[in-house]
Amino acid sequence: MEPFTTLTGIAAPLLRSHIDTDLIIPKQFLTTLVRSGLGRHLFHEWRYDAEGRERPDFVLNQAPYRQASILLAGPNFGCGSSREHAPWALKDFGIRALLAPSFADIFFTNCFANGLLPVQLPMEILETLASMEGPLTVDLPAQQVRGGGHTFPFEIEPACKAVLLEGLDEIRRTEANLADIAAYEARRRVEAPWLEIRSH
Amino acid sequence: MTPRTLYDRIWDEHLVTTRADGTSLLYIDRHLVHEVTSPQAFEGLREAGRPLRRPNAILSVADHNVPTIDQEKGIADLTCRLQVEALEANVKTYGVPYLPLLDERQGIVHVVGPEQGFTLPGTTVVCGDSHTSTHGAFGALAFGIGTSEVEHVLATQTLPQRKSRNLRVRFEGALPRGLGAKDLALALIGRIGTAGGTGHVMEFTGPAVRALSMEGRMTLCNMSIEGGARSGLVAPDDTTFAYLHGRPLAPKGPLWEAALAHWQTLASDEAASFDQEVILDIRSLAPQVTWGTSPQWVTDIGGRVPDPAEAASADEREAMRRALEYMDLRPGTPMEAIPLQAVFIGSCTNGRIEDLREAAAVARGRKVAPGVRALVVPGSGLVKSQAEAEGLDRIFLEAGFEWRQPGCSMCLGMNEDRLAEGVRCASTSNRNFEGRQGRGSRTHLVSPGMAAAAAVTGRFTDVRRLMEM
Ligand code: SF4
Repeated sequence: MEPFTTLTGIAAPLLRSHIDTDLIIPKQFLTTLVRSGLGRHLFHEWRYDAEGRERPDFVLNQAPYRQASILLAGPNFGCGSSREHAPWALKDFGIRALLAPSFADIFFTNCFANGLLPVQLPMEILETLASMEGPLTVDLPAQQVRGGGHTFPFEIEPACKAVLLEGLDEIRRTEANLADIAAYEARRRVEAPWLEIRSH
Repeated sequence: MTPRTLYDRIWDEHLVTTRADGTSLLYIDRHLVHEVTSPQAFEGLREAGRPLRRPNAILSVADHNVPTIDQEKGIADLTCRLQVEALEANVKTYGVPYLPLLDERQGIVHVVGPEQGFTLPGTTVVCGDSHTSTHGAFGALAFGIGTSEVEHVLATQTLPQRKSRNLRVRFEGALPRGLGAKDLALALIGRIGTAGGTGHVMEFTGPAVRALSMEGRMTLCNMSIEGGARSGLVAPDDTTFAYLHGRPLAPKGPLWEAALAHWQTLASDEAASFDQEVILDIRSLAPQVTWGTSPQWVTDIGGRVPDPAEAASADEREAMRRALEYMDLRPGTPMEAIPLQAVFIGSCTNGRIEDLREAAAVARGRKVAPGVRALVVPGSGLVKSQAEAEGLDRIFLEAGFEWRQPGCSMCLGMNEDRLAEGVRCASTSNRNFEGRQGRGSRTHLVSPGMAAAAAVTGRFTDVRRLMEM
């Protein structure tokens, strides 16, 4: 996975609360067999009318936000389904960092698996960022968001930070624990033998 | 030993190791797989040349995409068909147990798992689907995961996890007549909000939960994700054990006895401390119905559409205003005065036999109101046969409901069961998000009894009145 270090780019404001995964990527695009190509369907129902024409009033249809690499959103972003199509669509559109007061759990986890940085910041700061002109910088090593002369620090768990900074492959990391897993399985076979499924 | 919650216990029993960076590696006992969130995971496995660690710990089934009429004729929609074929190819390559479309056991993954005895108390259960929380009804730690995590589990049978906090939900008093688990779930989410449980595992307690059947407990745990919690839990008891006994994949003979002895110890310690507690008095609860585009926007059936002007903050006012505009509702309208055009009874929330019985009891001898299209979609083939054996299909058909084959159907409309723009629907599913049942469609979440009452009256109606007649 591509590491995430420091990103400078346009930040699109979409400060609504509870933006759910159905809105981020609606069901009709979930039949895909690949991870790529979902960017043009990102926020489909908001971005296009029933005839498939762009709605000019939607932020991602406006300059300079078409080139946005940062999204500013309201609380509980990514609630709803576990579909990883949501971070795939955001990433494919070009978004690499999401700034919001809070995120839904599964979506939050899915971001790290895709090199997307979710940053938690209070709503007042998001409103300040949304009102500013010019690009923002999201600096993961320094844990700061900078722009318009302001600097806002943010918190992130060290383990999550490491995953993004180093672009770690989680499965490869876990493979280092294969002996532990085998030992656990051997122990469980004795302690909880009913867990073994014998017939299907 | 320090007192532990049920969640703490299951966590401790599944901890493989704690790594240097503080993350825990959790062992996964059961993995449910469906067609929508698995193709990229199998692809990843294939690209990396990794084997699948434990095929027998998996149960797979296609549910989201499948048609609910003429399943014998196959899937007409090309992209849906390709996705189901991809699943079939993957399970074949990797030797994963699979229930084919025309197998009687096929159905919605969260209905099928428990039905087959695949879901067991004290286990960890995952699926690339947020409503995996359903399986918490058995006292299993069950949660939805993304596709990258699906791949991780396929390859390693584990997941790196951070521990959640404990939240106890206590329902005080008994459920009034005519109300069910769906009303409990909606009332709870109305109280705590859709982010209320974020970062927590919810354990449901209280006499009303003990009195619930397994079907009811599954409904309740199913909706814990709608309250922001990744998992919900109900400690197992005799109701749980009676449900599981004799199920095809449940342990048998001496193994059953050994399992039972362990399961009977699965509960939160009396002195265990929870990070948060919510107490809800349900003695005078009324049937619940949502009015907005989030499950937290819910009211009593006797209530009215709220006025955004009364919102606590400017943000909330704006969000409510937008929701009412989408739902085409005016503040102050009595809920019972709202007419509707569609009814959907089914989904992993309310597509089980007890739900269909509840709806049929209301539909019996009545007719679906003119101008209303009403669908009943059993959660699995086994639910369908059971309902047919009890004559529920005839009750529905005589009343003018459509009787379908199992699948997710109009819960999210990935197949052709979709609502047209502007159509208002009483739905027993779990999400009323914008466009959930079809672009521009309007979803109101209710219990199966309330959905049937809406179908026969053509508007939202307190089901208790129809029960008295
Ligand atoms: S019935 Fe609905 S909520 Fe349940 S698994 Fe299917 S689509 Fe998801």
